[in-house]
Amino acid sequence: MRTPVPGGRVNVARAWEVLATVPDPEVPVISVVELGIVREVQVDADGAVEVVITPTYSGCPAMFEIEKDVRTALEAAGATAVSVRTVLSPAWTTDWIPESAREKLRAYGIAPPGPAERGGLVSLVRARPPVPCPWCGSTQTTLQSEFGSTACKAIHVCGSCRQPFDEFKAI
Amino acid sequence: MASAHDADDVGIAAGEAKAGDRPVAGPSRGPRLGAPLVEYLLRLGDDRLILGHRLSEWCGHGPILEEDIALSNFALDLIGQAASILRLAGEVEGAGRDEDALAYFRDGVQYRNCLLVEQPRGDFGDTIVRQFLFDAYSVLLWEALLGAPHAGLAAIAAKAIKEDRYHLRHSSEWVVRLGDGTEESHVRVQGSLDRLWRYTGELFEADAIDQGVAGEGIVVDHRALKARWDQLVDEVLDRATLVRPADGPTQRGGRVGRHTEHLGHLLATMQSVARAHPGARW
Repeated sequence: MRTPVPGGRVNVARAWEVLATVPDPEVPVISVVELGIVREVQVDADGAVEVVITPTYSGCPAMFEIEKDVRTALEAAGATAVSVRTVLSPAWTTDWIPESAREKLRAYGIAPPGPAERGGLVSLVRARPPVPCPWCGSTQTTLQSEFGSTACKAIHVCGSCRQPFDEFKAI
Repeated sequence: MASAHDADDVGIAAGEAKAGDRPVAGPSRGPRLGAPLVEYLLRLGDDRLILGHRLSEWCGHGPILEEDIALSNFALDLIGQAASILRLAGEVEGAGRDEDALAYFRDGVQYRNCLLVEQPRGDFGDTIVRQFLFDAYSVLLWEALLGAPHAGLAAIAAKAIKEDRYHLRHSSEWVVRLGDGTEESHVRVQGSLDRLWRYTGELFEADAIDQGVAGEGIVVDHRALKARWDQLVDEVLDRATLVRPADGPTQRGGRVGRHTEHLGHLLATMQSVARAHPGARW
């Protein structure tokens, strides 16, 4: 715990503003708020801030980093005390990422997630629609690997501009 | 597994403090089981921890880069799930053990994973067939637990099922690819299936622990689960041109701490750093 800033006060609205500036460590073009992992912010009478976060994937190694970044940012903004609580329910879904953030992902070279699949058992005969290339927009793309540089990404290759690109997987 | 912020309660002390008066920590001979919900959660958590560790052995050794990443990714998911489940087990137990204490400071006889997950990784075919058999079971089990009246367990189920669904998709596709691949790949994965089949029966056995948690509303119909698993497995094996092995005698014992020789070696590797430097932090 850092030394509290004397007289420091952060209200709920301010806390959300501050959190909106905390980038996701793996995809720094969007914030932890846009990613949908900040679920709730509360400030008590003494100005202590509680942030409720939820992990993207069960084993996401970035969660500790995110917790630290959240704490640091709020303390720098004058919060007297910051606690971060992790919840699992409701389970995180890429459907929580707003359209504005999807546009940022695309501009960054990551194809944004489609709608998350719901229920049903796995079908072996999949006909997944091709993921449009974030660089040239072509749909002549092929899935190279369902697993990429982080748990949340898959790798595709564009047949038109010949560029490989990441897809933010829908989950 | 724990965050760097909760530096206080990990280590040998946490693991051993209650060993004498908590049945779950049990003496080294004979199965003495603890409270049903704790035991139940240890079974769920240990399956995923041990399988996750087995998969992590592939990191840097995958047959192709994409598969190396995929298997490491699975490992990460499963170890993450295990962390959540074991944390909950520690909370329910109430003896001050967190997920790290449970993972690193229990011996083999105190582990409750099924025998299937502790078998050596073998070749890529062995790893894929085992993964497929487990994934099919795991997805169906989480489905059954989604509506469990225990909020903590239901939340874990809702989270884990999303991950296990794409695990199952991936492992199914590989079973088909290898089974219906070359003559050699076919022969080899048929062999993997034949060798691993004896460990699948244990997944569907219900005992006093299952009856115990049923009292808390956690009810899984093992017969229905097995029937759906059979159907799913048959469908994939059929497509993979593989022959479903005949049901012979089931190898069992993991759920009460009687393990094959392989678990000890795995634990020696997995636990060595934590035991050599108890309480150490990154």
